[in-house]
Amino acid sequence: MEIHYSPEQLAFRDEVREFLKQELPADIAAKVKLGKHLHKADHERWQKILSKRGWYAPGWPVEHGGTTWGPIEKHIFDEESAAFGAPRLVPFGVNMVAPVIIKFGTEEQKAKYLPRILDGTDWWCQGYSEPGAGSDLASLKTRAVRDGDYYIVNGQKTWTTLGQHANWIFCLVRTDPEAQQQRGISFLLIDMATPGITVRPIITLDGDHEVNEVFFDDVKVPVENLVGEENKGWTCAKYLLTHERTGLAGIGASKAALTNLKRIASKQQKNGKPLIEDALFRSQIAEVEMSLMAAEMSTLRIVAAASEGGVPGSESSILKVQGTEIRQAITHLMRKALGPYALPFLPEELDLDFDGEMLVDDYAASPASQYFNMRKLSIFGGSNEIQKNIVSKMILEL
Amino acid sequence: MDFKLTEEQQMLQETAERLVRDVYDFESRKAFSESEAGFSTAFWQQLGELGLTAIPFSEELGGFGGTGVETMLIMEQLGKGICLEPYMESVILAGGLIGQLGSDAQKEELLGGIATGELQAAVALDELNSHYDLANVTTTASEQGGEWVLNGRKGVVIGGQTAGKILVSARTAGNNRDEQGISLFVIDPSAAGVTRRVYATVDGRKACELFLDNVQGELLGEAGNAYDAIRYQSGRAIAALCAEAVGAMRTACDLTLEYLKTRKQFGVPIGKFQVLQHRMVDMISELERATSMAILAACLADDEDSAERSAKLAAAKFVINRAGRYVAEQCIQLHGGIAMTWEYNGAHYAKRLVMISHQFGDDDHHLEAYAAQLSVA
Repeated sequence: MEIHYSPEQLAFRDEVREFLKQELPADIAAKVKLGKHLHKADHERWQKILSKRGWYAPGWPVEHGGTTWGPIEKHIFDEESAAFGAPRLVPFGVNMVAPVIIKFGTEEQKAKYLPRILDGTDWWCQGYSEPGAGSDLASLKTRAVRDGDYYIVNGQKTWTTLGQHANWIFCLVRTDPEAQQQRGISFLLIDMATPGITVRPIITLDGDHEVNEVFFDDVKVPVENLVGEENKGWTCAKYLLTHERTGLAGIGASKAALTNLKRIASKQQKNGKPLIEDALFRSQIAEVEMSLMAAEMSTLRIVAAASEGGVPGSESSILKVQGTEIRQAITHLMRKALGPYALPFLPEELDLDFDGEMLVDDYAASPASQYFNMRKLSIFGGSNEIQKNIVSKMILEL
Repeated sequence: MDFKLTEEQQMLQETAERLVRDVYDFESRKAFSESEAGFSTAFWQQLGELGLTAIPFSEELGGFGGTGVETMLIMEQLGKGICLEPYMESVILAGGLIGQLGSDAQKEELLGGIATGELQAAVALDELNSHYDLANVTTTASEQGGEWVLNGRKGVVIGGQTAGKILVSARTAGNNRDEQGISLFVIDPSAAGVTRRVYATVDGRKACELFLDNVQGELLGEAGNAYDAIRYQSGRAIAALCAEAVGAMRTACDLTLEYLKTRKQFGVPIGKFQVLQHRMVDMISELERATSMAILAACLADDEDSAERSAKLAAAKFVINRAGRYVAEQCIQLHGGIAMTWEYNGAHYAKRLVMISHQFGDDDHHLEAYAAQLSVA
């Protein structure tokens, strides 16, 4: 047993660090570290830099523009990126639809879509959830009816993250209304410019516009946009969900958030001294840091097992729950650290180019909003309760 | 980065697993616990014969040069059977202290016996008011005519009831709670001036209070400088306890899961109820957390002394104390009334898990220690 990285892995980490030091734009890192708003252009700028280095899609096969990295290298890269304040990649293209196209798509689909994801031409969003289908995804109702060389799509998707920026959406649609729940579903790629699509913003409880509703009204989608077989879309969805779950523990992001928490607690005062020297508050930071240490070790165990060819099972569900609870605990402490100054709602201060006078300091506008925003973590990607159902059924056989 | 076991380690794990399974059924454990020794002297002998008591010692001493990982593999199996033998106390802690502080002659005299199991040693660090603080030592030792003479009271000495030798921390200089001025002595429990009050522990073991009235002791290492070694070796004990807790948690989870599948209420197995399913998953989640930290502790236990090692061991014990208590309480809760009885196995796992948190620091103790060293970027 060896809990330390090998010399080769350490050399790789140095290479990643050097790259991040040289290439990550300081203004983007500052936004990430302070929890400020990222614009579409920020994401695109960082993505181009990664693409140029060949590191935008490390999980893809080399022939499509990926890398030869194993799970440990990918983990190191994610950890370091988070520590340096690199934006979390918008996953819908590179880490969600692409793996499905690579696994289930035709050669034509691979040739058409993958290069456009790699060079940033296309911005993808995800059309899964519906008003009546959240955790119970298979009860989705958006219909796609075959009509010659087209599917005619009607229905509504919701919680479409950053759909306002997207020009493509991948959707789960019902192609056989007679079949039992999972069986009649297909995986469809839809151009957002097609007539009949309407995107409406949903303003979340923190006042932010991150998610949307997408309406489909007689939208004509060419049949060649079907991925995999008709009515077999659930296979794609399941593949994607396991793919998604492994990254959801967000250890790197939590570490960065913890650093930010300590910084805030060093600047805020209580009883005439920095809050971080207050025994009660300090012990709460210590507690969450120890939980994070345990979750990091669990992640490394999964990563190491994966590099030996293992497939993560219940551990990734458990880790999703633990990791999201930790992140939420950190944002809870960040908000608490502000005391009464958690109350002022100052969304304009979340723009880095805000040139007015800050009410308190550059760190103060974000924590309360972030705390509420981060409640989403235990809801999306299969809610934490659904994760427990998965472990209970698949592993414990209850 | 590698969490695989070597072939030798797998063999060691299997040996320990088989031994525990063969010897430690519920009725046997009950009999061992009620015996005068408070554990199975025959099982202790077997641990020696199979070389398990020799694992951490160097080859010159007849050992295998094992590290924290080997200790973890053995302790986890002992935890699965909630074995009563003072393996950690004698082999890991007493053995470690003698190895670190003892002269060549002392090592020769004592470690050989500990490694074969012929000598079972105990360690007396706690006192009535020390509350896990290893520097809180009021027992005194003074040099009188070339001999060290000890006076005072040490508490809750696990395995002290049968030990051939007991290591005792005593103050030779300085004030109470000074790290300087603490020394370690070997005493013979049958020596003049030693009184032992033996009692059972809540988790089915035996321990004693040790009253020392002008007892002759043999100094281990330099006078006044034992604290660092005591702290370091307590770290090894912590790692061992973490592994034991993981073993006990694993069995407690297995028993609970089995019960959820067989116990029927309202016409269905109670495992069909979602509230119980999720509770069970939470238990497994705590077990995962604990397993990760036990591995971390095992990999650091025999590393060079450092602030980082101490902090991570504190974190491991903190996480495992909390996880152990959760699993213990939920094991009882999910079993319902049956787990409230002395005759139910799961109850004894619950008791051991909670009592582990009372050895070498509870969660408050380790939270305080970890918070004190928190790095602030």
